[in-house]
Amino acid sequence: MSVDPGYYLALAALMFTIGAVGALVRKNAIVIFMFIELMLNAVNLVFVTFARVHGHIDGQVLVFFVLVVAAAEVVVGLAIITVIFRHRASANVDDVNLLRR
Amino acid sequence: MNIEVFVFGVIFVIALGSSIAMLFAKNAVHVALFLVGTQIALAGAFLLQGAFFVAAVQIIVYAGAIMVLFLFVIMLLGVDYRESLTEPLHGQRGWATVLGGLFAVEILYVAFRGTDLALGRLTAGGAGIEEINRDPGNVISLARSLFSTYLLPFEATSVLLVVAIVGVMVLARRIGATEHLATPQSEADDELVEGAA
Amino acid sequence: MTADILGQGFSANLAPWVIAIPLVSSMVLLFFGKRVGKLAGVVASGAIGLSFVLSVILFLRLIGVEAGHETYNLRAAGYHGFDWISVGGFSVAFDLLVDQLSIVMLLVVTGVGTLIHVYSIGYMHDDPRYPRFFSYLNLFAASMLLLVLADNALLLYVGWEGVGLCSYLLIGFWFEKPSAANAAKKAFIVNRIGDFSFLIGIFLLTTTVGSLTIGQINEHAGAMTAGAATIIALLLFGGATGKSAQIPLYVWLPDAMEGPTPVSALIHAATMVTAGVYMVARLSPVFEASGDTALMVVGYIGAATALLAAVMACFEYDIKRVLAYSTISQLGYMFMAHGVHAYSAGIFHLVTHAFFKALMFLGAGAVMHALAGEVDMRKMGGLRKVMPITGWTFMMGWLAICGVIPFAGFFSKDAILASAWASGDYAIWAVGILTAFLTAFYMSRLYFRVFEGRVIVPEGVHVHDVPPSMAAALIPLGVLSVVGGAINLPSILTLEHFLEPVVGESRVPEGLTPWLLAGAALLVAASGVLIARVLYLSRAGSLRRRKLEARLAWLVEPARNKFYVDRIYGATIVLPGKRLATWFADRFDPNVVDGLLVGSGKFVARTSERLRGIQSGYVRNYAATFLLGVVVIFTIVLAKVTL
Repeated sequence: MSVDPGYYLALAALMFTIGAVGALVRKNAIVIFMFIELMLNAVNLVFVTFARVHGHIDGQVLVFFVLVVAAAEVVVGLAIITVIFRHRASANVDDVNLLRR
Repeated sequence: MNIEVFVFGVIFVIALGSSIAMLFAKNAVHVALFLVGTQIALAGAFLLQGAFFVAAVQIIVYAGAIMVLFLFVIMLLGVDYRESLTEPLHGQRGWATVLGGLFAVEILYVAFRGTDLALGRLTAGGAGIEEINRDPGNVISLARSLFSTYLLPFEATSVLLVVAIVGVMVLARRIGATEHLATPQSEADDELVEGAA
Repeated sequence: MTADILGQGFSANLAPWVIAIPLVSSMVLLFFGKRVGKLAGVVASGAIGLSFVLSVILFLRLIGVEAGHETYNLRAAGYHGFDWISVGGFSVAFDLLVDQLSIVMLLVVTGVGTLIHVYSIGYMHDDPRYPRFFSYLNLFAASMLLLVLADNALLLYVGWEGVGLCSYLLIGFWFEKPSAANAAKKAFIVNRIGDFSFLIGIFLLTTTVGSLTIGQINEHAGAMTAGAATIIALLLFGGATGKSAQIPLYVWLPDAMEGPTPVSALIHAATMVTAGVYMVARLSPVFEASGDTALMVVGYIGAATALLAAVMACFEYDIKRVLAYSTISQLGYMFMAHGVHAYSAGIFHLVTHAFFKALMFLGAGAVMHALAGEVDMRKMGGLRKVMPITGWTFMMGWLAICGVIPFAGFFSKDAILASAWASGDYAIWAVGILTAFLTAFYMSRLYFRVFEGRVIVPEGVHVHDVPPSMAAALIPLGVLSVVGGAINLPSILTLEHFLEPVVGESRVPEGLTPWLLAGAALLVAASGVLIARVLYLSRAGSLRRRKLEARLAWLVEPARNKFYVDRIYGATIVLPGKRLATWFADRFDPNVVDGLLVGSGKFVARTSERLRGIQSGYVRNYAATFLLGVVVIFTIVLAKVTL
C-alpha cells in the first residue's frame, strides 16, 4: 500500500463538499437528491478507508447500513417528490414554500 | 511508478471530475449519468482498499438499482425538463460556495492531520484487511460480522425498509385510489390517458 | 377558651342556633322575600325573638352554675363547631364562647334587637323593599351575635366585617337618595380604615401569641413585652375607633343617620357601635399588658370624643343628628371607663345606653313618622300632647341619659365617674363631669324643643301617635330605661361582680366619696336641665339664646361646622387621594401601564418582523443555515482539539 489513506480521505472530503454545495445550489428536487447520494458515497469511501487503516472489517459492514438508509431515503424521497409534482406540476423546491405564509 | 498510485490517480480524476460536472449539468439525466460515473470510480477506490464485496455492491445496488430508480422518476416527471441555472435566492450561491470552501478546508485539515497523527500507531494493523481477505475471505468475514455483532442493527434496517415501503405505498397512492379499483375499466383507462396527457 | 380552663359548668350547645336562626331567616327573606311579602317583618322578628329566648335559656343555665373559684371560670362554656383553618401548628376553629361578658352582650343584642325588629314592622310598613330591609336586619343581628360569641379573634373579625357590611347596606337602604348612598360609602370606607388597623392587630397577635383563641390571647397577653402589647392594643383600638365612632374616625356616624331610623337605633346606637367597646373589654388583658400607655390613649381618646361630640350636639338642629352625636359622646364615655380599667362600668353603660338610646332613636323615628319625615327641631314643639306614648317614653330616655336618679343612666354614668375618680386620673373625671353637664343640656334642649311648650307641627300634616307595633317596642324600652340601673346598683354591684371573672375588678371609691361624686353628677345634670329650660322653655328664651350665642360665637361657628373636621379630612386625605387616583387614571395608567403593555407588544412585533426574514420558506435557505451551523460547530471542535 503505497497510496496514503489521507488522499482517499481528501477525495472523500472534496466529494462531500461538492455534494453539499450542489444540494444548496440546485433547485430540482431530484438533482438535490442525487447530490445527497454523492455525499453518502463520500462517507462510504471514508468508512472503507478507515477499515483499511484500522485493519478491521467493521468499516465495510457500516457501508451496508449506509446503503440501506440511502435506499430507504431515496424511495421515500422520490415518492414525496412525485406527490408534490402531482400537486404543483413542478419539481422545483423553491415552489414549495408554504411555510413562509 | 507504482500501479496503485497510477490507478488511484485515474480514479481521483474521474470521481472529482464527474462530481464537478454534476454541479454544472443542466439536464437531470446528465446529472444522474455523472453520478453513475462517480460511483463506478468509487467502486474502483473500494477495490484498491481491499473492499471487494462492497465494491461489487456499490456497482450493483448503487450504480444499478438506485440510479435506475432515479432515472425512472426523472422520466416520470418529464425528461425534457431543464432546470434554469439562474439563482432566485439572493446570496444563496455565494453563501454555499463560501461555506462549502470552509467546510472542505476543515475536513482536509482533519484528513491529513488526523491520519498523520494516527498512522504511526495504526499502520501496524494496516495489513489487517489483506490478512482477512486472504484467510477467511472478504465476504465470509463481512457476513460473520454482519450476522453476529451487527445482527440487531441489521434487523433494524429490515424494519426500516419495511416502513419505507409502507410509507411509499401511502404517499404514492392517489386519493380515492380504491374507488378507482371499483370503477369500470373504461373510466380507469380515461384516467390513465388524462394522467399521461 | 381551652377546655381545661373552662369549667364546662353548663352546655353551650344552643349558642350556634342563636346565630343560625337569624342567619337562615335573613337568607330566606333575601331570596324569597317577594313571596313572603308583608309577613317578612313577623318572620324576622320571630327569628330574632327566638334567638332572644335561646339567649335567656343560656343565661339561666349560666347563672344556674355556681360561680367558679379563682382559677376556674365555671360560668364559661365553649362550643366547638368545626376546624376552620388548620395550617401546621396553627389552627382556627369555628368556636363559640359563652361566658358572663358575652351573655350580657347577647341579651342586649337580641333583646333590644327584637324590640327594634318589632318596631320596624310598623315603621317600614309602606316601604317597597320591606322584606329586604328585614333580611338585612336579621343578617346584621347574626353578624353581631357571631362577633359577640366568637371564641377567636378571626371569627370575631368575621362578625366585625359582617356588621360593617350590614351597616353599609342599611345606611344606603334608600339608595335613591344620593346623600344616603354617599353616607353609606363614607361609613364603609371610614370603617375600613379602622378594620385595617384591627386586622393588622390580629396579625401581630398571631405572631406574638401564636394563637387567636380569646382564652389563649388573654392568658398569654401578660407574657408579651410592654412595647409589643402597646402596639397591638393600639392597633386593635384603631379598629374600635372606626366601629365605635371615636376620634379620629367618628365622622361617619352623623352621616349614617341617612338610613331608616330603626337602623339608626339598632346599629348606630344600641349594638354595632358598641362592638369596639365590647372588643376592648374582651381583650382587656392585652390592653392591660401594655402598662398604662394603651389604656391611657383609650381613656383620653374616649374623653376627647365624649366632650367634642357633646359640644357639637348642642348646636345641631337635626333631631337624629343630635342623637348621633350623643351616641358618639356616650361611646366616648364607655372608652373612658375602659381607660381607667373599669371595664364592667363600661359594659354597664353600654347596656343602659342601649336601652335609652334605642328608645330615643325609636321615639325620634316616631316623631318623623308622624311629621312626614321632618327632622328639623325648630319646626316641632309640644308633641307630647299629641303623641302621648312617644312623648312619655321619650321622657324616660331623656331622664335616663341626663343621669337623673333613679333612671338607668344615672347609675352607669355614676359608675364611670366614680371609677375615673378612683383611678386618680382627675382630668378624665373632669371631662366626664363636663360632658355629663353638656349631655343634660343638649338632651333637654332636644326634649323641650320637640315635646314641650307650644304645639308646633308642619302645615298640612295630620299628627298621629304611634301604631301598636311601634308602641310595643317603645314601652318596654321606656321601662328598661327607668329600671335598667337596677342590674348594677351602687355597693351591690350585681353586674360588676358577675363580670369580674372575665374582665377583672374595677376600682371603686370607698366611704363617703361615691356619694359625693354621685351628688356632683346629679348636680351638673340638674343644672344642665335647668339651663336648657331657661333657654328653651321660658318666654324670653329666644332672646337669651341670641345673647348667649353672641357671647359664645367663637365656639358656635366651629361647632355648627362640625369643627371643620370633615373639611380638614377632605382637604388632607380625600382630595389628595382623589388627585392621586386621577393621576393614576389619567397619567400613570395610559402612559406607564399601557405603555409597558403596548411597548412589550410592539417590541415582540418588531423583533418578529426582523426575525421573519430568516423564515423565508425556502428549503435551500434552511439547508444553508444547517451547513452554517455544521461549519461553526466543526470550527469550535477543531479549535478545541488542536489549540
